Amino acid sequence: MQLDRERLLRAYKNMKIIRMFEERLHEEIKTGEIAGFTHLYAGQEAVAVGVCELLDDEDKIVSTHRGHGHCLAKGCDVIGMMKEIYGRADGLCKGKGGSMHIADIEKGMLGANGIVGAGAPIAVGAAMSAKLDGRGKVSIAFSGDGACNQGTTFEAMNMAVVTKVPAIFVFENNKYSENTGVDYAVGTASDIAGRAEGFGMKVWRANGSDFFDVYNTMLDLLDYVRAGHGPAAIEFDTERFFGHFEGDPQKYRGDGELARIRDQRDPLKQFRLKAVELDKIDLSDLDKIDEDVAALIEAAVTQARAADAPSPEDVLTDVYVSY
Amino acid sequence: MTEMMLREAIAQTLHDEMLRDSNVVVLGEDIVGGMGTEGGPESTGGIWGTSGGLFDKFGPNRVIDTPISESAIVGAAAGLALSGKRPVAEIMFADFVGVCLDQLWNQLAKFRYMFGGKTTCPAVIRMSYGAGLNAAAQHSQSVYSLLTALPGLKVVMPTTPADAKGLLTTAIRGSDPVIFMEHKALYAVRGEVPEGEYMIPFGQARQVRAGRDVTIVACGLMVSVAEAAAAGLEAEGIGCNVIDLRTTSPIDEDAILDSLEITGRLVVVDESPPRCSLATDIAGLASQHAFSSLKAPIQLVTAPHTPVPFARELEREYLPSADKVQAAVRAVMAYK
Ligand SMILES: Cc1ncc(C[n+]2csc(CCOP(=O)(O)OP(=O)(O)O)c2C)c(N)n1
Ligand SMILES: [Mg+2]
Repeated sequence: MQLDRERLLRAYKNMKIIRMFEERLHEEIKTGEIAGFTHLYAGQEAVAVGVCELLDDEDKIVSTHRGHGHCLAKGCDVIGMMKEIYGRADGLCKGKGGSMHIADIEKGMLGANGIVGAGAPIAVGAAMSAKLDGRGKVSIAFSGDGACNQGTTFEAMNMAVVTKVPAIFVFENNKYSENTGVDYAVGTASDIAGRAEGFGMKVWRANGSDFFDVYNTMLDLLDYVRAGHGPAAIEFDTERFFGHFEGDPQKYRGDGELARIRDQRDPLKQFRLKAVELDKIDLSDLDKIDEDVAALIEAAVTQARAADAPSPEDVLTDVYVSY
Repeated sequence: MTEMMLREAIAQTLHDEMLRDSNVVVLGEDIVGGMGTEGGPESTGGIWGTSGGLFDKFGPNRVIDTPISESAIVGAAAGLALSGKRPVAEIMFADFVGVCLDQLWNQLAKFRYMFGGKTTCPAVIRMSYGAGLNAAAQHSQSVYSLLTALPGLKVVMPTTPADAKGLLTTAIRGSDPVIFMEHKALYAVRGEVPEGEYMIPFGQARQVRAGRDVTIVACGLMVSVAEAAAAGLEAEGIGCNVIDLRTTSPIDEDAILDSLEITGRLVVVDESPPRCSLATDIAGLASQHAFSSLKAPIQLVTAPHTPVPFARELEREYLPSADKVQAAVRAVMAYK
């Protein structure tokens, strides 16, 4: 799938939506109106969008606690998501799940997840289902550099290899699990793809700050998996621009580290530079998108703030289909 | 006595016990904070502020910051305990017991029994628990009913800084596996803590308030809910005997039964869902051993049989409240 003008503009727009969604949440959370724990995805946009741009609604993804970007890239409704994060009755999950549990099964988005490492086995199940259906669909587990240390992730990788299912393990190495550095926590000298390879999978590596690298590498990987060769893994070198959760003082960062990664490793800045070089789009196209997205996010926040809270009796619904 | 927060009482107790006994080892995710970063070890000092300073003082062999691997954390605690050490492991949120239940349940809890009493297993597994922070379905649960049901584990829930010190010291110096549950909403609670050696035996409840009309049994955060309800009822002339269980395994049956002999009316406040729960456990105890004292059907104030919801309005409804406890007390009082 060539990166034509339309696709490029859409990818930029989706990355911009994620960025502005998260930057706005970063501000709104300070007002105290939004409850609970929120983990922002800003900085990693090229991964979610570069991966999901190559999927359709029948391809499945399983996300993490840092799930907003994956949800948005997979097509979850921006306003429904904002309402969910505000805990509103007509939020995407009726205010029951919140930031860490956003899901939209019809979009192939099988849930953000509060349990680190819980996603990979679920993605294997979805991949088994895809194999059974035989339509060349895939299932993707997003995991962090922290989640790659969880036994569930190991079990899932091995099971995917031995059952030869179209599961794709996407590792977003943003160098941190909460306050702990990847160099300390991942024993294979921070090499997560190498570990996946040890489980018997073909692996790829790419620059998670560069949409083009993500997209092109995923093209290759998806060709391989959709052709029925079994699972694959890919490690993206990426950065998180905010704290682990909103409110994190980030004392573990080095001096000037945030400024440096925001300057040199910003997927949106890099996209602007490269896209214009490609001569297919003008900066003015991108500026127009920026304006549209700003209006969309503004509308989402306005609507979410005005939306009704769930009623107390809703606590009891949705536990079972019937009981 | 020194005034401090519950989290400080825990940090201080860990420090004092590590100083006293070189076999005490602590382990868990981010308990040092900043390992492998430019900020460096101790730049954060643990998510809950319960382990700051330990790494600098006791070093990496006794203060072990682990990868995200709950099964291996609890399993390693079991192995340390079988090898003569006294591990204190931290599971960041009690909900993650779901990840490592085998190591808790089939391993740690059963070694002594399966091995015919040949070994002790002095491991403490600390974990934050409970709702009230809108942390949603996977970061808010009160896992104590589930864990109290498992033979071989002791289950402890401090509600004051002093109790945190006294109970944690007893847990670390004891010879059995202990689940030490810290309610997230209690970490910042302040109170006087005795200096020096201070141990509270397990199975000894604390009388929070004396009263002769109704017995209210609670644990953890629910003690403050019961206490608030009782304070309001006193103005109406209803005297509540509020009991903080402190430990749910072992459980102070005498404190409950003795009180019921006087009051004849029981309300149990339990943050966990109602089925096979602490609340039904205590109701069973009362109907078995205090049947002739009872003047009214037992009232259970619990969470509903649902996961913990996210939205503020839903979580407020989910949690037992002082209003609900007062309604239950009025119901047992009104029963003819
Ligand atoms: C089973 C489990 N253990 C611990 C946690 C607490 N926790 C939440 S996110 C996180 C770090 C995850 O790091 P990583 O996988 O690299 O994802 P990132 O936060 O960098 O996106 C931890 C330890 C959890 N939610 N679930
Ligand atoms: Mg990470």
